[in-house]
Amino acid sequence: MISDLFSVTVLIGILASGIRLATPYLYAAIGETFGQRSGVLNLGVEGQMLLGAFAAFYVALTTGNLWLGVLTAMIVGAIMGLAMAYVTVNLNAEQGISGIGFFLFGLGMSDLLFQKLLGTVETVKGFSPIYIPGLSDIPGIGEIFFKQNLLVYGAYLLVPIAWFVLNKTTLGLKIRSVGENPDAADSLGVSVAKIRYFTIILGGTLSGIAGASLSIALLNVFQQNMTSGLGFIAVALVYFGAWRPIGVLAGALLFSMVNSLQLWIQVLGIPVPSDIAVMMPYVLTILVLVATVSRVRAPSALTKPFEREN
Amino acid sequence: MKKFAWFLTLVLALSIVLSACGTPAATQAPPPAVTEAPAQPTEAPAATEAPAATEAPAAEPFKVAVVMPSAKNDLAFSQSMYDALMRVQEEMGSDQFQFVFSEGMFVVDDAAAAIRDYASQGYNLVIAHGSQYGSSLQEIAPDFPETSFAWGTTVDTFGQPNIFAYEAASQEGGFVNGVMAATLSKSNVIGVVGPIETGDAKLYVDGFKAGVLSVKPDAKVNVNYIGSFSDTALAAEAANTHISAGADVLTGTAQMVVGAIGKAKDNNVLWFGTQSNQTSLAPEIVVASQVYHWEGILKEMIALIQSGTLGGKSFKADLANGGEVIEFNPDSTVATDAKTLAETTIKGITDGTIKITLP
Repeated sequence: MISDLFSVTVLIGILASGIRLATPYLYAAIGETFGQRSGVLNLGVEGQMLLGAFAAFYVALTTGNLWLGVLTAMIVGAIMGLAMAYVTVNLNAEQGISGIGFFLFGLGMSDLLFQKLLGTVETVKGFSPIYIPGLSDIPGIGEIFFKQNLLVYGAYLLVPIAWFVLNKTTLGLKIRSVGENPDAADSLGVSVAKIRYFTIILGGTLSGIAGASLSIALLNVFQQNMTSGLGFIAVALVYFGAWRPIGVLAGALLFSMVNSLQLWIQVLGIPVPSDIAVMMPYVLTILVLVATVSRVRAPSALTKPFEREN
Repeated sequence: MKKFAWFLTLVLALSIVLSACGTPAATQAPPPAVTEAPAQPTEAPAATEAPAATEAPAAEPFKVAVVMPSAKNDLAFSQSMYDALMRVQEEMGSDQFQFVFSEGMFVVDDAAAAIRDYASQGYNLVIAHGSQYGSSLQEIAPDFPETSFAWGTTVDTFGQPNIFAYEAASQEGGFVNGVMAATLSKSNVIGVVGPIETGDAKLYVDGFKAGVLSVKPDAKVNVNYIGSFSDTALAAEAANTHISAGADVLTGTAQMVVGAIGKAKDNNVLWFGTQSNQTSLAPEIVVASQVYHWEGILKEMIALIQSGTLGGKSFKADLANGGEVIEFNPDSTVATDAKTLAETTIKGITDGTIKITLP
């Protein structure tokens, strides 16, 4: 039974599932990384994802245009981000609690719109897998990496882009300095408010895409509360990834791979109780976190509102 | 902090306005309390206008309130109760029967608050539609001896005179679905996506397995419990896993299976539904659904309550009493062949010639 796990089909299955499962986490957690590097913790990711998921689904269903769906999800996420930025930057509200507020707003609002505009669970024709010419023919590797849909590819492309922006550009330097020492950044003429507005709106936009990746690319349905805690796991992955895009990628992949592994363990009839199996991704993530977290430090200004001293 | 308080007030005010907008103006005489945000459970029942029952003393309507864990249109557990209440209302007339509901009450504490609110508002019957609400109900019911309560799916009335219990013999419909699935499968690998290995879900899955094996003892039934009633993404990936493992027929139970149905549709794999009729979601691939018809049980409860018995009895929906119905997809091309076999099986279960043995 256990030996079944090491067959080629199963290994390919585990890896391909894991790649797909990690997609929404990547968009949301990379977006959150930008926010947290600039000193803002946004717990409203889940709400932004739900509204993004609904917006994308509804637009794709009514217009048949998937890209318009993604664009709408981005706009909706950006507006949610804008509101979050206003509350945390201008009003200096406590970040954790206002994030929860935005989560509840997104949860309720997406459900309300769903009830009013759709009324029942429907399916939509979402993004189809795109076979990358040449690469998708490689045995095994092709199946795992190069037969996915566009939003999956986008999520993985985002990781090096985010790394480059954060570490190799002036903008990235400004974001990091605002998150580490906003007073110093401010005295050097960097607008703390502008940078934080930018990162929170960017985070919202990416959370919107994360929602869209569920509703019109991976699942092609919308259901009340369909993210079911995924946005909160994304926030946890930012801590797990030590505020670095590559770390976030590692965390998202680890969590998703173990999750797809446990699905296969059950399918193959390996005698592990289902309750234990479904715990595996969480337990492993906690173990890795415990082993690594003491070595990294959060951005110093994280969760601290910035007020200029006069 | 002042600014934050201002913001919180704004969010709360907004969500109250939103809950008010969410009230459909249709069918039910008292507007149903649609709970949009679980943070304000108590507002939902409070927002319900007092039904104008006193105006017609001659025929006072029977009033029911129901609290359910997911959306009323989840194509699964909650919808089965909502649809049943609608059918009872159609039959009895809205001057005789009225109901309100709170949906999406996945937080048990919120549900408990709603149950208590409904009870104190004088509803004749308060239904807690979810086995997770049991312990809350056990505490609340003694405080309202004049009100009748019902909860499911369970057989336990806690020995209290004002609690009814109801459950579904899901293994029966599961068995019928399994028999059809085994007949239609070419690869002889069949996949099941389950939520948590307990209660109604476990009964269905075990019955389904027994049904498959009764036709094809050497077929493989792969079962996957994803550990959640709401994780649509994981349910979809569970379906992908089954398909990669060679399954050409799938089934699953609870509301998160809509994700799995989507994958079945993408891969042109047959699907068997349960709880509610899931044909509308993917008419191309759904063969049949076991549907819970709680209305028979509801009507029995209403009759008992009207004659003065407020509880103490447990009910079971099954194929024999019409509490469970196998509803076929009229457009499915395979359904006609499977239908004959399903009907023989249903007859066998009803008259007792087929015995379902569960592990």
